[in-house]
Amino acid sequence: MTFQKKGRFGKFGGQYAPETLMNALIELEREYDRYKQEDDFNNDLNFYYKEYAGRPSMLYYAERMTKSLGGAKVYLKREDLNHTGSHKINNVLGQVLLAKRMGKKRVIAETGAGQHGVATATAAALFNMECEVFMGKEDMERQSLNVFRMKLLGAEVHPVSSGTGTLKDATSEAMRNWALRVEDAFYVIGSVVGPHPYPTMVRDFQSVIGREVKEQILKKEGRYPDYLIACVGGGSNAMGLFYPFLEDEEVGMVGVEAAGKGLDTGKHAASITRGSIGVLHGMKSYFLQDRDGQINPVYSISAGLDYPGIGPQHAHFYETGRAQYVSVTDDEAVEAFKYLTRTEGIIPALESSHAVAYALKLAPRLSGDKIIVINLSGRGDKDAYTVARYMGVDINE
Amino acid sequence: MNRIDKKFEELKAQNKKALITFVTAGDPDLDTTILLIKEMESQGADIIELGIPYSDPIAEGPVIQSANARALKNGIKIKNVMEAVKRARESVKVPLIYLLYFNCILQYGPECFFSDCKESGIDGVIIPDLPFEERDEVQGCADGCGIHLISLVSPTSRERMGKIAKNARGFLYCVSSLGVTGMRDRFETDFDDFFRTINKYAHLPKALGFGISTAEHIRELKGYCDGLIVGSAVVKQVERSRDAGEAVINVGNFVKTLRKAMDE
Repeated sequence: MTFQKKGRFGKFGGQYAPETLMNALIELEREYDRYKQEDDFNNDLNFYYKEYAGRPSMLYYAERMTKSLGGAKVYLKREDLNHTGSHKINNVLGQVLLAKRMGKKRVIAETGAGQHGVATATAAALFNMECEVFMGKEDMERQSLNVFRMKLLGAEVHPVSSGTGTLKDATSEAMRNWALRVEDAFYVIGSVVGPHPYPTMVRDFQSVIGREVKEQILKKEGRYPDYLIACVGGGSNAMGLFYPFLEDEEVGMVGVEAAGKGLDTGKHAASITRGSIGVLHGMKSYFLQDRDGQINPVYSISAGLDYPGIGPQHAHFYETGRAQYVSVTDDEAVEAFKYLTRTEGIIPALESSHAVAYALKLAPRLSGDKIIVINLSGRGDKDAYTVARYMGVDINE
Repeated sequence: MNRIDKKFEELKAQNKKALITFVTAGDPDLDTTILLIKEMESQGADIIELGIPYSDPIAEGPVIQSANARALKNGIKIKNVMEAVKRARESVKVPLIYLLYFNCILQYGPECFFSDCKESGIDGVIIPDLPFEERDEVQGCADGCGIHLISLVSPTSRERMGKIAKNARGFLYCVSSLGVTGMRDRFETDFDDFFRTINKYAHLPKALGFGISTAEHIRELKGYCDGLIVGSAVVKQVERSRDAGEAVINVGNFVKTLRKAMDE
């Protein structure tokens, strides 16, 4: 079929949503297409990126890391320095500004690690909107600090205990709640997932990452990098970094999935590496599932990567070979977490530690004239408890 | 002729409305499901929907979610459901409809799925997460096997109703309310307005579902359409039963009261 359907990336994507949501999705697409071309909207967004979120984020040359690895030059894109501590704010500011323009009074969101929930609650506080966040019960236990932050910001946090009590179920519950409140609520999806137009819209809002990297690396190195490395759960920080480089074929792209306790243990979240094509949460993409199409429970030490699928455009990148997808275990991620903390004095989020871990393998194999950019998508303060527990250290008073 | 079309013609001739009931296949096990199908038919259900259990039923409320979880815990596979339907079909005459999520069909293989549906005696399929825009992925397979893909319209469908109704088969599933399936005390929708819009476009039978759970609801709503769908309230009767025998009695009694309200 040569005819490309709306919202498709090759055969992936689409709009597999209940009828009750269809007009809301069509309206969202229309309004997004309209506002993204308006100077007024973009000026507003850029104002908040700069004055509120602290953009542009730095592209930092990790000199000690580079020397210790003895190979390619390593740069870190410091999304961890954004307000609220991760790249999630880029997308949320865009969507909440759009919601405001569409006259919505309430935003709802799903969250895994809590970073997207915190970012959404933050933007809701800033723009004086009601905010409800759906979060898996298990994740609420793993990320109690973020739960408290969201509550401080005025959000209502709903525990989701159905299914596996993690991000997948929080997403399902947020979609159910949206169907109920579809006329006055705006659903702020946190990654490049979901029915069209979400994967496109979230990609566009996150693309500020890659656009900045282009400018910054040209200034520092006079050329584009050889590799971009980012972790992928749903894949928004990776997409934000990759997408502006799509046409620059000399730039390699590597998405790093969570291999959890190992790809052969069944306890992982490597949707591309070990998944198959399916449909969930409104999109056709790669999912971890059984032969009947039942979605498998997934696992990662990092709550933000604990999702059984991946954004449809990543699925397309994988299938066309434009990007490469690898996986990193819990053990490797925690080693990288400790490594970056000790080597550069930067505590990375466990999600981002997966990207760092892959760079630890790749950089030494490359010559000194090669350049790697790692997306340091979030800061690791939120993971201190998890890592302490992993290391067998008791930090409770 | 598809059993669904035939059923609505018969009912029309008798000046009756369709009572459509739902159970989740395999809740608590498939032998009970077969007994429930037979009992619902004998107590006056005109069409029976069978939910195929799914791990992530995004259009279902808590009652059917729990039923799905119970069935999956027992390791129910779609193949087993097909076999159970085949056994039920030996005596059951009413139209049988599957309700399942698109991913289940995709993994089964659409061609295989619809031909197995036909072979086991299924007449229609409802796919809550496959809107009009994505239907062409399976419409051909379904039509080829004579299985009706049932289309849904909701109070938010508005201008979409035209194209949905025009391509609908069997009957139009009218969603009573925003949100997901599940019992409701009252309905916020302006049904006069809702059905005025639907009737502008729909020239096939219309059945109303989502939240209909009591004989009072049936009396209140049957005037609007050609059939009413009761799902979660039936599943709740299964849930509150201690064993299969009790489930059959509870469901049977419940369907009987619904039938009575329908025929008053």
